[in-house]
Amino acid sequence: MNNVCLKSIDKDNPSSLATYETMGGYKVWHKILHGELSPEKILEELKISGLRGRGGAGFPTGLKWSFMPRNQEGQKYVVCNSDEGEPGTCHDRDILRFNPHSVIEGMAIAGYVMNATVGYNYIRGEFMEPYYRFEEALKEAYDAGLLGTNIKGSKVCFDLYSHLGAGAYICGEETALLESLEGKKGLPRFKPPYPANVGLYGKPTTINNTESFASVPEILSRGGQWFADLGVVNSGGTKCFSVTGNVKNPANFEIPMGTPFSDLLELAGGLREGRTLKGVIPGGSSTPVIPAAEAMKMTMDYDSIEKAGSMLGAGSVIVMDDTTCMVKALTRLAHFYYDESCGQCTPCREGTGWMYRVLKRIMDGQGKSEDLKLLLSVQDKIIGNTICALGDAAAMPVESFITHFREEFEYYIKHGKSMVENDG
Amino acid sequence: MISDQAKKEIDIWVAKYPEGRQSSAVMQALTIVQKENGGSLTNELKQAVADYLEMPTISVQEVATFYENYNNKPVGKHVIRFCHNISCMLNGSDELISYLEEKLDVKTGEISKDGLVSVKRVECLGACVGGPMCQIGDQYYENLTKKGIDEILEGLT
Ligand SMILES: Cc1cc2nc3c(=O)[nH]c(=O)nc-3n(C[C@H](O)[C@H](O)[C@H](O)COP(=O)(O)O)c2cc1C
Ligand code: SF4
Ligand code: FES
Repeated sequence: MNNVCLKSIDKDNPSSLATYETMGGYKVWHKILHGELSPEKILEELKISGLRGRGGAGFPTGLKWSFMPRNQEGQKYVVCNSDEGEPGTCHDRDILRFNPHSVIEGMAIAGYVMNATVGYNYIRGEFMEPYYRFEEALKEAYDAGLLGTNIKGSKVCFDLYSHLGAGAYICGEETALLESLEGKKGLPRFKPPYPANVGLYGKPTTINNTESFASVPEILSRGGQWFADLGVVNSGGTKCFSVTGNVKNPANFEIPMGTPFSDLLELAGGLREGRTLKGVIPGGSSTPVIPAAEAMKMTMDYDSIEKAGSMLGAGSVIVMDDTTCMVKALTRLAHFYYDESCGQCTPCREGTGWMYRVLKRIMDGQGKSEDLKLLLSVQDKIIGNTICALGDAAAMPVESFITHFREEFEYYIKHGKSMVENDG
Repeated sequence: MISDQAKKEIDIWVAKYPEGRQSSAVMQALTIVQKENGGSLTNELKQAVADYLEMPTISVQEVATFYENYNNKPVGKHVIRFCHNISCMLNGSDELISYLEEKLDVKTGEISKDGLVSVKRVECLGACVGGPMCQIGDQYYENLTKKGIDEILEGLT
């Protein structure tokens, strides 16, 4: 456990340069500076590693990097997405707090591969402790001559800065993040053009998640095959999972892809005494809920979770036991998406508001028998009809909650109260 | 309007962005002046930020209203931002928010009568394994209980 991004977590002074270097940190960067590792070789190793974007969409990182027009003249940028705001997700925070140098080295390597000499790490505005740790690490890296212009006489240049957000979930969406980084409202852009062609300040830009960048140095130091073999087919390597909700010891665990969900649950201390499992949201609030029986059969990798009817997403496992009122849980999520919709597309703006109001009405004991049909038809109109994936993210949970826990919704509508004792 | 100290801090941010892209620093500029002004923004301050960064006033206004962390109305000396999203909810955040409201005799979204504290319900703060949790200033308080809340409140002066 904790072999890649979280490997310093039990060390003294985990975030320091000295600790990072004793674990083999910046070895790859030095190799690059000595001209011993070409961009082509790096892309090749990343491809072999099977690393897929950890921010939620799971796009192969090596492939994404290869889309950058590296030989095009002019400024290019590397941007790290540390906006971590998906409910249930909190492992990027720990990477920034405990292993910030892995993010710095990963971004510097990305800059070298894509010929981008400037990077920004967009950290959510509330993450002040992670921000200070990252800033300290940046200063250490500059003082050690690992960043800047003509680094150690190699002609390689890379400058890295952190940027702080100010509270908006939508800024985690990569093009909203770019708008925000330019000092504007975080409104997602129409795609195409994609950021690799028109990104930050209109220049070619590659955006990756914190954990994606943090995985890169270890992959290149130990080899793509080493990483791939830690995981399973289609899901190379290890992944950080945040396990939260009704478990004895909620925590972050970095474990091999393909680990049975039941083992992960065990790591988190299991359920509380006398409780039974009701459902699991496996990848953060934007991914469909899975009923207990299916969840206990799944393994923690892209394919298995998809087979169980959901998505690995950001690796944010929200565990719900028999004390959870599913109507209340869904209403809370619906409120979130309603609150966070940027309002650019009508189906998302109106639909999220509508879904929340109908659910609220049910919770207030005013539900009508046709409300479930109404909810399903609203979510159906959102899916696939919006500029960004927030619309889908708001819609998908609605369908899955109603499908799997229909009787709880019907009971609430009929009786004006929750089917779950002590709740509602 | 903007103090020399605040200008110095803003300049550090401006220097991170390319020439002519100083509007990238607007979010931090607003954060800095808001802090200096006791936690909220006024139209004059937003105007001053616009002038300082050579941006249209309307653009600054838009940013100040789009992002959750700017307060366009006065707030208490300390703002308790309590997460009520799913992971925290599953571990009792609602109960603790009610406890806090009762104890302070204040509703979420309001300021206590002595002006010392305001309480806000906020969405996931990215510390879900430590839920229930809240944020006050730069600090996160995790694994909260009623006793933990009592201790926090005692420390707020
Ligand atoms: C509404 C919304 C919120 C998102 N929030 C985040 C986030 O907080 N962190 C993140 O890394 N990616 C987030 N993403 C995904 C990004 O758009 C993008 O796919 C990702 O940063 C790419 O990096 P990766 O390929 O390394 O995963 C979000 C997407 C959407 C639609
Ligand atoms: S889907 Fe929603 S959040 Fe995304 S751009 Fe459209 S309105 Fe904004
Ligand atoms: S749900 Fe409360 S911090 Fe994430």
